Amino acid sequence: MPVVENTILICAGGACISAGEKSVKETLEEKLQEYSLENVIKVVETGCMGACDLGPIMVIYPEGVFYQKVEPKDVSKIVEEHLLKGRVVNDLLYKGDKGDLTIKPQENIPFFTEQVKIATRNLGVIDPLSIEEYIARDGYFALRKVLLEMTPEAVIEELKKSELRGRGGAGFPTYMKWTLARNSESDTKYVICNADEGDPGAFMDRAVLEGDPHAIVEAMTIAAYVIGAEKGFVYCRAEYPLAIERLTIAINKAKEYGLLGNNIMDTGFSFDLEIRIGAGAFVCGEETALINSIEGKRGVPRLKPPYPSDKGLWGKPTLNNNVETYANIAPIIRNGGEWFAQYGVEGARGTKVFALAGKVKNTGLVEVPFGTSLRKLVFEIGGGIPNGKKMKAVQTGGPSGGCIPMEYIDTPITYDNLKSLGAIVGSGGLIIMDEDDCMVDVAKFFLEFTVEESCGQCTPCREGTKQMHEIMKKITSGEGEMEDLDKLKELGQYIMDTSLCGLGQTAPQPVISTMKYFWEEYLAHIDEKKCPAKRCKALTRVVIDKEKCVGCTACARVCPVNCISGEVRKPHEIDPDICTRCGSCITVCRFNAIDKVSP
Amino acid sequence: MSRDEIRKTVEDIYVRVSNESLEKGDVLLNTLHEIQDHYNNFIPVEAAEELHDITGVPLSKIYEVLSFYTMFSTEKRGQYVIRICKSLPCHVDGGAEVVEALKEKLGIDFGETTEDGVFTLEQSSCLGLCGVSPVMMINEEAYGNLTPEKVKTIIDDVKDGKRSDVNA
Repeated sequence: MPVVENTILICAGGACISAGEKSVKETLEEKLQEYSLENVIKVVETGCMGACDLGPIMVIYPEGVFYQKVEPKDVSKIVEEHLLKGRVVNDLLYKGDKGDLTIKPQENIPFFTEQVKIATRNLGVIDPLSIEEYIARDGYFALRKVLLEMTPEAVIEELKKSELRGRGGAGFPTYMKWTLARNSESDTKYVICNADEGDPGAFMDRAVLEGDPHAIVEAMTIAAYVIGAEKGFVYCRAEYPLAIERLTIAINKAKEYGLLGNNIMDTGFSFDLEIRIGAGAFVCGEETALINSIEGKRGVPRLKPPYPSDKGLWGKPTLNNNVETYANIAPIIRNGGEWFAQYGVEGARGTKVFALAGKVKNTGLVEVPFGTSLRKLVFEIGGGIPNGKKMKAVQTGGPSGGCIPMEYIDTPITYDNLKSLGAIVGSGGLIIMDEDDCMVDVAKFFLEFTVEESCGQCTPCREGTKQMHEIMKKITSGEGEMEDLDKLKELGQYIMDTSLCGLGQTAPQPVISTMKYFWEEYLAHIDEKKCPAKRCKALTRVVIDKEKCVGCTACARVCPVNCISGEVRKPHEIDPDICTRCGSCITVCRFNAIDKVSP
Repeated sequence: MSRDEIRKTVEDIYVRVSNESLEKGDVLLNTLHEIQDHYNNFIPVEAAEELHDITGVPLSKIYEVLSFYTMFSTEKRGQYVIRICKSLPCHVDGGAEVVEALKEKLGIDFGETTEDGVFTLEQSSCLGLCGVSPVMMINEEAYGNLTPEKVKTIIDDVKDGKRSDVNA
């Protein structure tokens, strides 16, 4: 058998695939065959490596050279230069702010070095389709320990010591959930994994399912043993076909290896797992709506109590945790609850996976201890704001959360701290916005989302959010009045007080929090009929400076709606009624003659 | 397609899905997904009627479920369903311009299908690929880092059969 000389890890997380990973991998395999290297060089597709903006990523071992933004055309250089001649391909290395090259950014830049990976421990390291690689990284050892050495009470005790709280949004202590489900008496119980990750800007559950599916299988089996369940369901959204595919493979492999199904590890304990697929309804992330959906009904939330731990799926006691929560279970069992609790701060122990998106240089997934400041996340780990712009706000918690302005950037992230700022940790999505983003527009945008995603069961949520959205539309089109702001506050309070589930109870949050921190922006829209960020279409014009325009026609050619007219070598003009404010003309103009203005 | 064919198709799917399921009773969602896949992105009303006949689930309940979930459609859709993400990370990253370009290129609005029956354009909630926003999916394949120019090229490529990764 030939000795493997190099192992090439290619990130096959969802983001890298959508950036063209598949054709890179195919080209690489072709090239390796061309040079008869296919037996000495091993190519492994891993789960998400985290740094989405650098994708597709390729890391070559034993050296650990990190190549970014690899395109099929780069592959022959990698094979011919790096693999055959041992020369690093400089063009594809990570480039720092000043153009400095780094061979191993994973050991040098804060995006990687400041992370503590527990839930995401195997992401980007192993082949998610290989159960052997999962086992080689201590996989299924926690399950073995639980089944052979621990009582259910002892497992719960470790969870209690770990102070793990639910990572899906509500932050309920996990040990308590498990205790309640365990103490409910019934001959049948169920374990559910909530993989209906719907918060805009959150994608850690997707990454875990795609990159380390066995972690979920193992943790759910442990949960089943603890509460006394024999059947479990993973409810995954249909928007994640790759996660469904890889989890299905993991479930089948685990069964084949006797780690799932009948008589697991010869202990007499049996547990089986099935995936149920959603069909595009955000509200199904709410646990009782999710249960209704698994039961084949419309996904509308149920009244609580009874809580799912008493009466859940088909009326039986049910334990429901989200993906990231489950991903923490095996390490806690292996290393002990106290080990986990050494990370983080009072009230928020352990680590949290955050998804960085929006106007930040390093987009992607990062796992850091609780208590890390927003500043560190955005400016150190995230690398700051691109294009020399200023940060305006960080949106956390999706449509249930709020916007945190720059003045609170030093806040350590904990459940309580973010709550006191009118935001939430939520599922961990952080959307960073810069000076070009209009906060009124952002709030309107989230309302549009809740209007569409409200299940319609509670009138205040169904009709109230619609009315709020109408008011927001009025304000952003320059027709707002001062009394609209009072109406927004009043309506928002009603909706929060009288809705059944978390969706309605938090739907007005984006409006409330932007009104709190960006009051002047609302006033500018209403009083001055002006959008300071020049984002709201009705309050913004794109104009050509006649002094600067040389009539090169570049703008007219690029305009998608043909709204720019003028003769060659004479100043051009934009018809504001047709113009969509897309800004394409601003980008192509080489004379800086075009700009957005808000009167 | 005759009524008998539809009945047989629906029955086969239902039996298979039920057999694969841990709990027999409530496999409505999974069955509907499979039926939709079988008929190329939509569920013919006749198929829903047959499902009611086979399972005894009231037709009103099937309709209720079909109309509640956005991914189900009882209207014929294109060979390729394009779902463009409408969430905030895509929005702040130039998503609106990409949407304009897509609509212009295809000559259709959301919820519509091109005359040749090739493309249907829909909006989607967050696709969870915010690191490479703006993003869209064409059937089960995702495309990231979109620009107005890039989407136009992708559409042309898919149409010309140059995209082996997208399955019809």
